[in-house]
Amino acid sequence: MINRYRWWEYVVIYGGMAVFLTFILAPFLEAFVVSLRPLDRIFSIPYRFFSEGMSFEAYFSMWKSVPLLWLYILNSLFIAGSVTVLSLVAVIPAAYAFARFEFKGSRAILGAFLAINMVSGAVLIIPLYRVMLQLGVLNTYMAMIVPGTAFVIPTGIWLLRSYLIRIPRELEEAAWVDGAGRLYTLRRVIIPIAMPGIIVVSITAFITAYAQQFLFALTFNSRNELNPLPTGLYQFFGRAEVVWNELMAASLVGILPVLILYVVLQRYIVAGLTAGAIKE
Amino acid sequence: MSETNQKTDYFPYLLLVPALFITLLIVAWPLAETVRLSFTDASLNPNEEYIGFANYERILSRRFPEVIGRTFLWMSLSVALKLTIGLMGALLLNAAVPGRTLFRILTMPPWIIPIAIGMFIWGWMYNGQFGMISGLMQRIGLADGPLEFLAAKDTAFLATVISDVWIGVPMVAVYLLAAMQSVSTDMYEAAWVDGASRWYRIRRITIPLITPSIVTIGILSAIWTFNSFDAIWILTQGGPRSGTTTMIIDTYKVAIDRFRYGEGAARAVLIVLIMLSFSLAYYMVLRKLSKSGATK
Repeated sequence: MINRYRWWEYVVIYGGMAVFLTFILAPFLEAFVVSLRPLDRIFSIPYRFFSEGMSFEAYFSMWKSVPLLWLYILNSLFIAGSVTVLSLVAVIPAAYAFARFEFKGSRAILGAFLAINMVSGAVLIIPLYRVMLQLGVLNTYMAMIVPGTAFVIPTGIWLLRSYLIRIPRELEEAAWVDGAGRLYTLRRVIIPIAMPGIIVVSITAFITAYAQQFLFALTFNSRNELNPLPTGLYQFFGRAEVVWNELMAASLVGILPVLILYVVLQRYIVAGLTAGAIKE
Repeated sequence: MSETNQKTDYFPYLLLVPALFITLLIVAWPLAETVRLSFTDASLNPNEEYIGFANYERILSRRFPEVIGRTFLWMSLSVALKLTIGLMGALLLNAAVPGRTLFRILTMPPWIIPIAIGMFIWGWMYNGQFGMISGLMQRIGLADGPLEFLAAKDTAFLATVISDVWIGVPMVAVYLLAAMQSVSTDMYEAAWVDGASRWYRIRRITIPLITPSIVTIGILSAIWTFNSFDAIWILTQGGPRSGTTTMIIDTYKVAIDRFRYGEGAARAVLIVLIMLSFSLAYYMVLRKLSKSGATK
């Protein structure tokens, strides 16, 4: 009964929701409509939302105009996937250490990890460039994977630590009594139980890594065949004559993987992304 | 685990090695190196010399103070809009009406997709001749002719803010929604029994109880917004006539486009110091909240 609304309250709520979602979704809708429009109709005045001759042609012609498009998408998926795997290698043991062991400096080290969230890659770009140069990884996937990983580790540690804290200690102690080594216990007891938490961390890392591939690729990579989607399409965005319908079609196809992932797993993703912002 | 307390146990430190290795390489060492470079005249020329505070003197005496002011204005405007729209969005999403699950799902996409892709779309929408916004404004009579949003200083400033708000609002809304859902329903019911109106309950129960969360996401949002690079770079590259050049953009331009590493590093150090003061504020707020028991 407390949640029963009067008619005008429904009007306010749905009206407000409509305005709010219009702001959020209008760009996607506009991008879709533009992708369907023939090029000569895009450059027509006055502005019209619908125009004649709309078709999916751009979705076919774009593979010719942006010959490496499929490669950009694969690169994006590959880089985000590698960041995810690499970050798990760092995050799982570290989160376990912070969740289970009392050791000197643990609070300070955890705080230092979390402080990384305050720094952005752009601030560190000069020395980072030199690091990449000295390691000889400029213009390789590594130059985009390793820096990306460093910036998803803090949130990952935080998320997984709070998950591991809730696992009862008795399970590990039983394993130790049975004579299992501590690394073995981590691998065979903790990781299997913590799988749901690890999955949330992985999805969060993947989404974050997919969304943030512009800066490092722009700065550390000049080989077109290694470009992820953002820098790959950026070359076409910067031109004087932008083929808008194809650019929009390519953009929408490029975000399809994450959108599908999001719709399927949205519960975990929202939990992971918002928990990353909560720091006790 | 009492025996582990007897002597120093190295096992937890070993567990930290992979994470420490990557963060030292990518964050800690470059950070230290940035500080060192800021006292040098480093450039493409391999010989670099220490020049004391000359870089700092130079950037503070030139147009950089203007950039700092612009950055704070840009950030304040963006964060204020994100919090206002995000809070209203969260209140709406929190209403127990049919369709709310769908509304919640539809809120997140701008935050999920690559920022660059979102900005390609906004770049088109801001197009004066053929774009949606200018077109609609002409249709309803708000503008006489084409409005090239990204071509004039003031409109470009506003346009980049609005696009940045678009990226950040979903996170703020969903975060505040989570905070609202953790408010116990008992309080609402008690107030309802006493005959308090819905708006009164929102004002007197919801808002006060989620204030800690509003402060938290406000500071975090300020940090993210301050560091915003992709959105501005793609839409305007800091132009026109430096109208959207924030500290991050300026640092990148000086260092990467003009190869003046020393001067760029001095700018970066200033950014880090500002971020540090934000983080300190964040930490102090959190400590105060956990003392008063208001945080979860």
